[in-house]
Parts: sequence; structure tokens; C-alpha cells
Amino acid sequence: MSIVERDEAAPTRAETEATRQVRQFVPDVDIHETDDSLVLLADVPGVKGDQLTVRLEKNVLTIHGRVEALDAGARSLIHAEYETGDYYRVFSLSDEIDQDRIDAKLKNGVLTLRLPKAARAKARKIDVSTES
Amino acid sequence: MAYRWGFADPWRELRQLQREMSTVFESAFGRPIEAAPPCNVFAGENDLLVACEIPGVTLDDLDISVMGDTLTLKGERKPADEVGAEAYHRRERRTGPFNRSIQLPNRVDPNNVEAEYEDGVLTVHLNKAAEEKPRKITVKSA
Repeated sequence: MSIVERDEAAPTRAETEATRQVRQFVPDVDIHETDDSLVLLADVPGVKGDQLTVRLEKNVLTIHGRVEALDAGARSLIHAEYETGDYYRVFSLSDEIDQDRIDAKLKNGVLTLRLPKAARAKARKIDVSTES
Repeated sequence: MAYRWGFADPWRELRQLQREMSTVFESAFGRPIEAAPPCNVFAGENDLLVACEIPGVTLDDLDISVMGDTLTLKGERKPADEVGAEAYHRRERRTGPFNRSIQLPNRVDPNNVEAEYEDGVLTVHLNKAAEEKPRKITVKSA
């Protein structure tokens, strides 16, 4: 199994949204492999379930989350350590994922994406017969 | 690692490099660079709002305390269990215990603090201590 990051910028937003000026950030991810799947965890704090898009198309996995800036009312920002913006990241996968069984969960700002390996990609033990 | 011969966005390359370097250092020293959450502070006339990005915890895992003009956040961002280091393709998420204190611009009322945790973002609403609130002073004319 191989997973390679693609150097790709997010698509330009549709005309209707051109007024929404947002920054884009690359979310931190952990990716590990088990016997039967590839598991990706991404930190996307501030993203609500309906604002997250995960797409797998032609072995290209795209994660795109939108964040609404915190409504602080009339208060003014006096100390800043982070900025809010959208999350965007693209990976290329080797073509061994069972696309019908992908499972995505978003909880407490962490996306957990389980990508099951297609049957033929699983490691198989091959019995070697010996001839005398 | 792939190199492109083009400079459409040189910062992108640098960011990518920085990420990869972080991964190298983290795996070499076996601990993440920084688990403490980043926070923003907003000030109103009589109150303060502190927002921190702490994905992957619950409110029960967080210990929030206030003393005078200091807000302290303690907690732990737990790593995924039962994953051997060799099974990782990438490891960028920050994990580990953290304990940070934030100096606020004024004293706050420790009995009037509200904390909320939603979508990985903690917001703490604090009210200025009574003696810090602006008071209107009526000037009597003689």
C-alpha cells in the first residue's frame, strides 16, 4: 500500500462565494495501516459534520473542511495564536481500496477515515509445495 | 519526496518541507513538538472569551482553572491506542499531556466561568472581577 501527498491547491470557489475570503490550512494527519485497512486521522477543529467533504475519485483522496469563524460579538481580538480557515489536503492512493466500504466519522474535531483494502491487496500466505 | 521545478508558490514547498522535517524530528526523539493548544483571546467591555483548538479530547479530559488573572488549561491529547510505530505512514498530529497558563489582561471572577467544547474547539467565557469593571462616576455639581 502506498499513500503519497499531492501538491494541489484547493479549487477556486464558485462565483457566488467569491465574497467569502478564507485562508486555507493543511490539517495534521496520522495514517497507519492494519492488516485489512488504511486508517487516516485528521485534526480539523471547528469543522461541523455537514461542512466536511471527503472524496475518493480515481484513487485521489480529497479532504476539504470548512470552518466558520468564531462569533465573538462586539469583543475585540487581543491575543491570537491561531487563525481560522478551511482545511484542504489531497493524497494519491495505490488502487487497492474497497471504495464501497469506506467509513468516515467526525468526532470532537477529528476525522477518522477507514479505507478497507480491496481483497486482492491483502497479504496472502502462499503455500509452497515441495517435490521430492 | 517529489520536487517540482517551478515556483508558483514557494511557501507551499517550504511548508511541505517543514512538515516533513517535523515528522523526522518527532520520530527521532519519540515525542511531539508541542501538544499545548493554541488559543485566541477576545476582550469585551466586561468579559473575556478564550477560544482554543484542542481536537480529539472531551470536556472531562480537560482541567480548567482560574486564579486572579490567570487561566490554566491542563489535559492530554491521547494517541490512538494499539498502533505500533512501524504501522505508521505518517504521524503529524500532536499528542501528549499539556499544561499551559494564559495571562489575561485583567482579573476575572472565578465563580462566573463557563466552558464549552464543540467540534474540537474549547471556548471559555470569563467575566471581569467586580473591582475591574468600569464604573460610571457621577460628578455632582456644587
